[in-house]
Amino acid sequence: MSADNLTRTQRDDLRSIAAMIVPASDEYKVPGADDPAIQADMLATLGRDTKLVAAALDDLARLAGAPLAELDATRRDAVAQEFRKHGGVAAATLVRVVLQCYYRDDRVLGSLGIELRAPFPKGHVLPDGDWSLLDPVKARAGTLRRAP
Amino acid sequence: MKDPVDVLIIGAGASGAAVAWSLAETKMHILCLEQGGWMNPAEYPSTGRDWEAKFYGEWSSSPNVRGRPEDYPINDDNSPIKVVNYNAVGGSTVMYTAHWPRLHPSDFKVRTLDGVADDWPIDYDALTPFFEENDRIMGTSGLSGDPLSPLTHPPMPQQPLGLSGAIIGKAMNKLGWHWWPSDTTVATMDYEGRARCINLGHCTPACAQGAKSSTDITYWPQAIRAGVELRTHCRVREITTDESGMASGVVYYDKDGVEQFQPAHVVIIACNGVGTPRLLLNSASNRFPNGLANSSGLVGKNLMFHPYAQIYGYVKEPTDSNRAPPTCLWSKQWYDTDLSRGFVRGYGVQFVRGAGPVFEAVVSEQKGILPWGEDHHRVFRKLNGHRLGFSAICEDLPEEHNRVTLDPVLKDSHGIPAPKIDYTISENSRKMMEHALARGREILETAGATDICINSPIPWGGWHLLGTARMGTDPERSVVNEWGRTHDVKNLFIVDGSIFVTSGGVNPTSTIQALALYIADQMKQRLANLFD
Repeated sequence: MSADNLTRTQRDDLRSIAAMIVPASDEYKVPGADDPAIQADMLATLGRDTKLVAAALDDLARLAGAPLAELDATRRDAVAQEFRKHGGVAAATLVRVVLQCYYRDDRVLGSLGIELRAPFPKGHVLPDGDWSLLDPVKARAGTLRRAP
Repeated sequence: MKDPVDVLIIGAGASGAAVAWSLAETKMHILCLEQGGWMNPAEYPSTGRDWEAKFYGEWSSSPNVRGRPEDYPINDDNSPIKVVNYNAVGGSTVMYTAHWPRLHPSDFKVRTLDGVADDWPIDYDALTPFFEENDRIMGTSGLSGDPLSPLTHPPMPQQPLGLSGAIIGKAMNKLGWHWWPSDTTVATMDYEGRARCINLGHCTPACAQGAKSSTDITYWPQAIRAGVELRTHCRVREITTDESGMASGVVYYDKDGVEQFQPAHVVIIACNGVGTPRLLLNSASNRFPNGLANSSGLVGKNLMFHPYAQIYGYVKEPTDSNRAPPTCLWSKQWYDTDLSRGFVRGYGVQFVRGAGPVFEAVVSEQKGILPWGEDHHRVFRKLNGHRLGFSAICEDLPEEHNRVTLDPVLKDSHGIPAPKIDYTISENSRKMMEHALARGREILETAGATDICINSPIPWGGWHLLGTARMGTDPERSVVNEWGRTHDVKNLFIVDGSIFVTSGGVNPTSTIQALALYIADQMKQRLANLFD
């Protein structure tokens, strides 16, 4: 199933709820999850999550009774809270899709100081650490329980 | 009709690979049938920018979520702990944390020592040479000399302590509690054709570097060079028997979905604690109406998972996050029975270094500590890269009502009945988990952690699948004898985690493979009278 199965209304609500989850921030110089590139990533990679995300958006539309963007802020927050509290697996999937696409955006990762690359093949450097920390354990020793 | 093989092994995972390798020196015709295929490390998650997202789909540890053609569905609705596994050459060693403790000598004598469950029919000493041999072939890293663990001799040095390990070590020292660098199957130096670990991050969903040992890159290349035949994408439906009650071969579906019959003189099952009872129960016949090798009625019963009690929190200092193998240290402080704690037996602890940004965001949002809206960014920066975790692997005692049966409705893609799990966490285990969470909280708070969260049990934590075809000398109380042969069918053997009598409080793969090597050795010693 592809993201083509999301209707225009569903896409609009996805954008609205994404902005409520992660809004843009001037302080941290990051876009919101409603950013067009991040939204495009969501729609392009929905894949096996499409059905549950569509169900979540339908649930959201039912709760809102109108496009989310048209509600006033107080009503929108109430709908969002209800959606998250009672939306079950479908709501959790929608939120996860928003977050997994948001936290792989170059601008977001850059603001977190994370290198913009796959882990392989460069990997990471791990400090060996101070193994003298183990000296008290060695000094205390102990006995392995014996078996008859 | 195909020519019969001398030995037919079902499953190419941890135990199937080990037994195949060991038996290869007999020069018998050995064939292994594996329902999965060979893995391609170029496609492993860490080769892509979307590595974390893959854990929620095609690289989920749950076969029900993953749903690859190689997987079979499992009805685990009636269990608080869901089964996780992997189906491929290498089996679940492709997808495991590589944490490598062994059962302790005392784990083989729980009835004698603590008056619960049953003693094993073999002891730790019987397995010692096979633990050593297995460690050499799998390639382990660690620090010899842990005073509270069996003596091991890892051929490679331990993993770096890193940022997370140092924080944990300091906290444990303040509390005066035992900790030690874990033995792992992560190569810390170039070893037998494997490149050393370069800290790709979380090791569980396969290692693109090949630093994490899995049997597709350790045992199997050697076994195949020695003449073992490995046939992939072949799913066994049932083991057949002849008029004398001996196993005669297996019916399987080949890579094109065509039903085949493969005759064999000896059949070895290596499908672990869910796959093995499923196969035995699916092999029921007029002669064996309750399933093959099930005269005791114990096939599928006594399922043990190891309930995991996990607690984690966030420190001010940076932790290793996703820039290191996830597990680095263990503790055996609470491994042995102390009845003053309110439960019998105990648990091992594995400490966890941290998490990647997507996992952190998703899980923290679900836990309610990462808000929606304006404050999201500030809170996320406080959490991300600051997580420390503590997981207790609680010893699960055998109980017959915890079991694997055949689902009356659910079937796999070949129409073979799927397994159904019925499992509850015992009162003893619950007390153990509560104790572990309290100790974990003390450790985390000593380390300065806040925002402490709990997963108890870890819902998708059914990694360890044990006890469903237990070993013993009494045919009425066990499925296989003390060297792995089924009591009922004298040319049928089981070498995987299903033959565990008790579970200990540690990750079992090292012990599973030592058992497989031990059974292979027993078979080799008895070749002249194997069926007597």
